[in-house]
Amino acid sequence: MSKLLQVLKSHLEGVLAEKIQQSVVALNELTIEVSPDDLLSVSLFLRDDNACCFEQLIDICGVDYLTYGETEWDTSGSGFSRGVKREFSFDGDEQDELNKFEGKRFAVVVHLLSIEHNQRIRLKCYCDDNDFPRVNSLQGIWNSANWFEREAFDMFGILFDGHPDLRRILTDYGFIGHPFRKDFPLIGHVDMRYDEEQKRVIYEPVSIEERTLVPRVIRKDQRFTPAVEGDE
Amino acid sequence: MSEIKNFTLNFGPAHPAAHGVLRLVLEMDGEVIQRADPHIGLLHRGTEKLAESKPYNQSIGYMDRLDYVSMMCNEHGYVLALEKMLGIEAPVRAQYIRTMFDEITRILNHLLWIGAHALDVGAMTMFLYAFREREDLMDVYEAVSGARLHATYYRPGGVYRDLPDTMPLHETSRWTDDAEVKRLNKNRGGSVLDFIEDFTNRFPTYVDEYETLLTDNRIWKQRLVDIGIVSPERALQLGLTGAMLRGSGIEWDLRKKQPYAMYDQVDFDIPVGTNGDSYDRYLVRIEEMRQSNNIIKQCVDWLRKNPGSVMHEDHKITQPPREKMKGDMEALIHHFKLATEGYCLPEGEAYAAIEHPKGEFGCYIVSDGANKPYRLKVRAPGFAHMSAMDELTKGHMLADVVTIIGTMDIVFGEVDR
Repeated sequence: MSKLLQVLKSHLEGVLAEKIQQSVVALNELTIEVSPDDLLSVSLFLRDDNACCFEQLIDICGVDYLTYGETEWDTSGSGFSRGVKREFSFDGDEQDELNKFEGKRFAVVVHLLSIEHNQRIRLKCYCDDNDFPRVNSLQGIWNSANWFEREAFDMFGILFDGHPDLRRILTDYGFIGHPFRKDFPLIGHVDMRYDEEQKRVIYEPVSIEERTLVPRVIRKDQRFTPAVEGDE
Repeated sequence: MSEIKNFTLNFGPAHPAAHGVLRLVLEMDGEVIQRADPHIGLLHRGTEKLAESKPYNQSIGYMDRLDYVSMMCNEHGYVLALEKMLGIEAPVRAQYIRTMFDEITRILNHLLWIGAHALDVGAMTMFLYAFREREDLMDVYEAVSGARLHATYYRPGGVYRDLPDTMPLHETSRWTDDAEVKRLNKNRGGSVLDFIEDFTNRFPTYVDEYETLLTDNRIWKQRLVDIGIVSPERALQLGLTGAMLRGSGIEWDLRKKQPYAMYDQVDFDIPVGTNGDSYDRYLVRIEEMRQSNNIIKQCVDWLRKNPGSVMHEDHKITQPPREKMKGDMEALIHHFKLATEGYCLPEGEAYAAIEHPKGEFGCYIVSDGANKPYRLKVRAPGFAHMSAMDELTKGHMLADVVTIIGTMDIVFGEVDR
């Protein structure tokens, strides 16, 4: 399996050359990274090339890298603090936090499957603009992209150029915000209930408080490190 | 002659044939559908966001609640992704148990599908027949995990516990007298494996019963044949997987093509359709039930002969046995660390997919090295199937919408996540 992926990898690197920003084989999976400008042409190639034949788009998934690698409980230095550090306060200084973030925040991850050759590939594309993330729509190449892109738009606010019908899909009618973004609190912003007096459903500011039950920790000193690099 | 205008029809979200909470906005020209616009998300619980706030093991239970009629298969997809990242493998016995329960789950799922599908199309009896058999299989679920539906039985590194030696028995109550209890307990005298084996011996006859009721039934055929035809090319374009793809004649089954668990050790066939209509998909699923039954039989045989461990030995990831915790300090520490913090995954990303009863169910995990996923994406087969709704229903009559929802085997827990 791994060998076949290496063959595919070198084939892609040979043909697509500078269009591939990075290609990695890890855990028996091939990931290639492309820029938003090349997404369409690379996708089209992956679908139509005889050695690729990725005729099925399995999944499109948005990722928000805003808090990547951040922890609530420091385990490296002095060690044993008991307090849980809040990543975000979600109020006034939120914008400052966002401005502090460097690098590309949003990525679109596409999983493709070739039934012809029984192989998979992962296509990764980082959006250039953090405030206004946009990539080209793959709907014209694989029709199944339609709803997956609507979902990524709904959840992350990533815009897909050329999508025929980019509406919200999973959230409520009239929902505000993009819930899977890392700066969107888990408890949300509004409560909804039926109001006996007004005889209708009303929205109110959220009444519950967010709690951390298990702090997020990163432990580098793992005794067992699986073959992430081993396949290289 | 009066002029007839197109009108819009609202189907669901509380329609009995909407299989949960589907709201379909149909644009009709008389009784012919011009455009179908499914509004989904009424059951959206944000499973993926919730998983980001919990240690890995605590999300296994959420997986049950995705496709709530094929619980253990969802767990399998998630657990496989974790195992891939951790670089561990479950012991062989655990893998056989998983294979067996995946197939039990497949039968459970297909039974609900055929019951609900037939009920929608107008055959009441099927529903009662299917639930009669589901009852037995849910008892098996209960015997191994304590829960009839949401088992949380699979764990990274194996399964929660070995198959018990006894099958829980029915007791006399206000609703069941002694004679009834005796009848119910007739095949529950032995171990769980005995009960499962007894079921596999009975089940082919049951499937024959279903086929007698449906396969050559005139009404059933009138409602299903040539409804919702998908060509193989379109099926690939639309991202259809599982029985939806095989019904169109593409022989693709992850159990055979990208084997996981013990599927490369058991013998089974992949049924495929020819026309790609609802009737073919019905035949495919019926045959899948028979094949699943065979796989279960083979697993029971193997499991009888080969006792052994069902959990990975590395207690940095899996809980040590309870008895050991009482006397061994290190086991106690492991337990404490796992219960309060969980384990960390190495930094990286992985996608693991299984052949779920409905299609390809995959989990994509992005980890930054923490004890919680940085991003978990669940690829639910029903979501892609639902998105094909518009194309499948176009040009059909209103009553066919119900058939097409049925043939897609939609469950909203996984579509909305």
